[in-house]
Amino acid sequence: MTKELIRLIDCRKEFDGEVVLDSINLGIKDKEFLTLLGPSGCGKTTTLRIIGGFLKPDSGEVIFDGVRINDVPPHKRKVNTVFQKYALFTHLNVFENIAFGLRVQRPKLSEKEIARRVHEALELVALKGYEKRSVSQLSGGQQQRIAIARAIVNRPQVLLLDEPLGALDLKLRKDMQRELKQIQQQVGITFIYVTHDQEEALTMSDTVVVMNKGEIQQIGTPLDIYNEPKNAFVADFIGESNIIDGVMVEDKIVRMYGHNFLCLDKGFAKNEAVDVVVRPEDIDIVPVEQGQITGVVTDVTFKGMQYDIIVDFQGFKWLIQTTDHSPVGSTIGVKIDPDGFHIMKKSEYSGLYGDYSSYSEEYDELSADPEAGGQEDE
Amino acid sequence: MSKAKLHAPLIKLRQRFRSFLDRNRKKAFAYPYIIWMALFVIIPILLVMVYAFTKAGIGFTLENFSGINVYAPVFGRSLWLAFLATIICLLIGYPTALAISRTSARTQRIVLMMLMLPMWINFLLRTYAWMSLLENTGLINRFFGAIGVFELVNSIGESLSASWTPIDHFQMINTGGAVVLGMVYNYLPFMILPIHSVIIKIDPFVIEAAQDLGASGKTVFRKVIFPLSLSGVISGVTMVFVPSVSTFVISKLLGGGTDMLLGDLIEMQFLGAAYNPHLGSAISLIMMIIVVVCMSIMNKFGEGEETAVVM
Ligand SMILES: Nc1ncnc2c1ncn2[C@@H]1O[C@H](COP(=O)(O)OP(=O)(O)OP(=O)(O)O)[C@@H](O)[C@H]1O
Ligand SMILES: [Mg+2]
Repeated sequence: MTKELIRLIDCRKEFDGEVVLDSINLGIKDKEFLTLLGPSGCGKTTTLRIIGGFLKPDSGEVIFDGVRINDVPPHKRKVNTVFQKYALFTHLNVFENIAFGLRVQRPKLSEKEIARRVHEALELVALKGYEKRSVSQLSGGQQQRIAIARAIVNRPQVLLLDEPLGALDLKLRKDMQRELKQIQQQVGITFIYVTHDQEEALTMSDTVVVMNKGEIQQIGTPLDIYNEPKNAFVADFIGESNIIDGVMVEDKIVRMYGHNFLCLDKGFAKNEAVDVVVRPEDIDIVPVEQGQITGVVTDVTFKGMQYDIIVDFQGFKWLIQTTDHSPVGSTIGVKIDPDGFHIMKKSEYSGLYGDYSSYSEEYDELSADPEAGGQEDE
Repeated sequence: MSKAKLHAPLIKLRQRFRSFLDRNRKKAFAYPYIIWMALFVIIPILLVMVYAFTKAGIGFTLENFSGINVYAPVFGRSLWLAFLATIICLLIGYPTALAISRTSARTQRIVLMMLMLPMWINFLLRTYAWMSLLENTGLINRFFGAIGVFELVNSIGESLSASWTPIDHFQMINTGGAVVLGMVYNYLPFMILPIHSVIIKIDPFVIEAAQDLGASGKTVFRKVIFPLSLSGVISGVTMVFVPSVSTFVISKLLGGGTDMLLGDLIEMQFLGAAYNPHLGSAISLIMMIIVVVCMSIMNKFGEGEETAVVM
């Protein structure tokens, strides 16, 4: 996991005069599980297609193993792709789908070698015995596995996966996540994985690349990304965050709501305006008189493991996750430990995220989502 | 008895009818089509059969088929010319369809429109036009004469053999070649359109997947695009072969009517001097059987192809 395998240098891509990728700089290490994460339309697929060779960047370089490969066509690259919608060969059965890459190899492989490797790949995706099936008879999850087996059988150095689990239901998704991770470790190849599901990204990856509007927002381990988001966009996109305007009074002291809080962050200018991130689970509810600040509960949702409560602090609504029930309308105090704060420099995203005034609407959007996704698919 | 009670059976009937319609909604939409099929497909075929197996005044007989072997050369020639026309259409049509499918949506619309445009002109007129082009004193021969092609040919011919008879035209009209040309010209769109419509439906990601797995442009065509377009090829071949094998206008106008084709033969039995609808029906029936057999072989071949190509 030390050698760098792929590097994108200042890659830029426009479609019809619209900038889709802007100065993408990214290094990918050998045998790494790297995830491109971002909302729909942020350029994840485009980045992947540049690595796969289906698109050429308008400017910038694509380096593979130290060699510039901008002009190398896809069939000559040592990467294989699992496509967003599988793209299986409907005129071929399962065996021939997986054997496709082996059959076009030169020098020719023997029929015996092909059969051996196809069976090996089928075993890897737990679909032994499906050789003769037609691919159109398979379920979504099975088609997905065939797509993975088809790509992996060529023993590429890098596997590109474009939202491979996007079309599966939640339960199957979870299983497949685990399986994919296992496969990656078993065959020991680099995975470049695309998803817009932050949970998926956090659980599977060694490195997460958060993208928005064609730009990389942050690159880091899942823990880094979660605990030390670079800006309000990342903080909001990864997990739940309350993002409050604050001022760094001095190192380790941040001021908000007219109250000085102890924190662990330093290195800001004196009295620099900052964005303060407080994760909903890092907030303790205490009696009013013990609270660092106090607010009024405006909404309570039971979530099984915890309550999600919305608390109004002088017009700015926070989300707090707690196991204690506080009724709507009650006034509560909160206490936040120094390590509960994360301080970010102001960015173009400041003020856009992290307020839970529209929390219930957000829920509506979420519940409407699967339908919207279904329509897109058609 | 109240009014409501009086209407109760009626209402019930209406409900029954409604629920019948609901249950059979999909089928109901098919009825007009079924009626259409019966009127214009099944009944004519039955009529042809009845005629083929009967004779005026005798009733059932196989006599119509007994002497049919004298027409074997006509069958042979028809099948051969239709086969040639189909192959030529395929060789021209497939690359054309492929090329069209790779252009922008706008260009595709325009090109397809231009392909269909001649079809709006009457079939006869189009064929007459070819006649005046191919005639011995037609446009093409006159053009060749004007630029001195025949003088050149004659001088070469004389130098090669003393008994060379000078020519003043190429014989184009009234040849098998002219008939095939007429078929290709008239039926080429029927080859291009189905192939094109299948090719444009191929998922571009499937093609990318093939490239991704290491297939070069040629291999992608051989292993993915062609097999996936096979259904279009089969319907194209059918749509060219069937009218070609049964045409009579083209052979009459461009073939001169001397070397008869099946279509001419059948037409003669119904409209011509040799009036004998029973024999005509028998020939039609045999032709139909030959066509159906050809097509099912073709379809079998097509199914086999999909797996054969990968081997
Ligand atoms: N071939 C193309 N022509 C024109 N615009 C394109 C093309 N491909 C992508 N785009 C545009 O580029 C932007 C980024 O697209 P991309 O497919 O990379 O997004 P994505 O992050 O993969 O999104 P999603 O999660 O929805 O798949 C989008 O605005 C899209 O409309
Ligand atoms: Mg995408």
